[in-house]
Amino acid sequence: MQWDIVIGLEIHVQLATKTKIFSGSSTAFGAEPNTQANAVDLAMPGTLPVPNEQAFRYAVMFGLATNAEIGRRSMFERKNYFYPDLPKGYQTTQLAQPIVGPGHVDIDLADGSSKRVRIHHAHLEEDAGKSLHEDYHGMSGIDLNRAGTPLIEVVTEPDMNTAEEAVAFAKKLHSLVTSLGICDGDMSQGSMRFDVNISLKPKGSETLGTRTETKNLNSFRFMEQAIAHEVERQMDILEDGGTITQETRLYNGDRDESRSMRSKEEANDYRYFPCPDLLPVEIDDAFIEDARARLPELPDARKARFKEQYGLNDYDAGVLSGDARLATFFEETMAHGKDAKLAANWIQGEFSARLNAEEKSVAESPISGAQLGALVTRIADNTVSSAGAKKVFEALWSGENDNVDAIIEAQGLKQVSDTGALESMVDEVLAGMPDQVAQYQGEEDPKKRKKMLGGFMGPLMKASKGQGNPKLFNEILVRKLGG
Amino acid sequence: MSISRADIEKVAVLARIKVDGEQVSALEKDLGNILDLVDQLSAADTDSVEPMAHPLDAVQRLRPDVVTETNQRQAFQSIAPATEDGLYLVPKVIE
Repeated sequence: MQWDIVIGLEIHVQLATKTKIFSGSSTAFGAEPNTQANAVDLAMPGTLPVPNEQAFRYAVMFGLATNAEIGRRSMFERKNYFYPDLPKGYQTTQLAQPIVGPGHVDIDLADGSSKRVRIHHAHLEEDAGKSLHEDYHGMSGIDLNRAGTPLIEVVTEPDMNTAEEAVAFAKKLHSLVTSLGICDGDMSQGSMRFDVNISLKPKGSETLGTRTETKNLNSFRFMEQAIAHEVERQMDILEDGGTITQETRLYNGDRDESRSMRSKEEANDYRYFPCPDLLPVEIDDAFIEDARARLPELPDARKARFKEQYGLNDYDAGVLSGDARLATFFEETMAHGKDAKLAANWIQGEFSARLNAEEKSVAESPISGAQLGALVTRIADNTVSSAGAKKVFEALWSGENDNVDAIIEAQGLKQVSDTGALESMVDEVLAGMPDQVAQYQGEEDPKKRKKMLGGFMGPLMKASKGQGNPKLFNEILVRKLGG
Repeated sequence: MSISRADIEKVAVLARIKVDGEQVSALEKDLGNILDLVDQLSAADTDSVEPMAHPLDAVQRLRPDVVTETNQRQAFQSIAPATEDGLYLVPKVIE
């Protein structure tokens, strides 16, 4: 049987405010446990929440960037459940009147097409604390520093039909919130978490099947795997004549396994009701216009500009404009290096590979855009070969030296581009390889000739101590051998 | 409107309140009375009335995003039943 896959996403985005949503506690990451959890965050009796204006501003900016209606009057509800990392016994969230109404985001797919994904709404709420399940004498440890960190939860319509579309949407949203500067986008620290709702229906059917929710995916790769895994699980059940149970599942990316998270008896029954501690929040035109004035260049506009201003192709422009910090790095590189294609290749190649290998973010890079720009300039003007450039990159990365020209000088990486010197080296090498020369000259097939030409390059590079310009060597060789 | 024993038991579990059999019978009556009152209220025509978000006719004041709280972990943890390494300790919660 053929099945249609239906996917909707719920994305928790931690807002990059300085303080919590309802208290003046710091939200800085990495503090000692419970040093940023005050009386409000701990739900001490007699405390009252006061909402953070910046959290509303960020939510409104998100709404404007996703073509959404802004909730001019929004309110908070209590979502009741017990868990030790939620001291109040309820999460303060928005249900009936969220701050951001229906909107949409367009995603680009690999086949070149684009698709509109509708956003049902986005609401403000507070994050919970963290439970540490290592053994504390048979007990769990609770750190409430994260409790009360502002989140927006973005809820999409079930508009995605493949894992590729879901991941493309997730990446687009990541790109959007980091470009807006409302979230640091650091997924390994939980700054963005994805819940995936999946159901299957017989191909062409109008009726949606029963869905499951796979919670708390914190990387694009796990998200893709979790979708593939869940689709297969549901398909197996349905094709064996079974039925899908509506449930929340947890996916273990390291083992590619999932399991049911909440038992049926405790099926979500949150008994929402309006929070009596908080009055309705009214957002006026001035607030919205102020938020609009703060909107930076968004990824779609930046991509178009990269193509126009730097002549990048669609793929390069897409990659470099998608991540705000990478985009800034690229522009810093371009301020110091003229060759956009070369800069794009180095950033997506050597630079990204090193960041990934060392699990560093762009912000933590030991190399600045200006330095990479200087290196790109030296590659473009033939001062260093690409092999030499890798050595320069290495020296920059290790912090051995921070000046590109000084490294080239110190390590003797300057390419010899003096044609006279190169010609005499070619003469010398060819004189020492008469058999190969004869063989080359007797060969008719241009492809084989090209291959044989490579046989001379090794000895030439050796003769020039690796400093001969390979491109010039090649030209001289072809000319001398009567190419 | 009446409320079933099963509903009461379920709500008790959700609210983490322990009720025994006798209490359930009493609650069946008490909660039933409250729900009857709600039924009477429901009879009023509210079609043209906007649902009320808050009994006060006022709008929420927002707070600037400035850190105003200092670390008072020691004071808070002095009243906690169990702490270690700066963490609050609770009975193990793992599904």
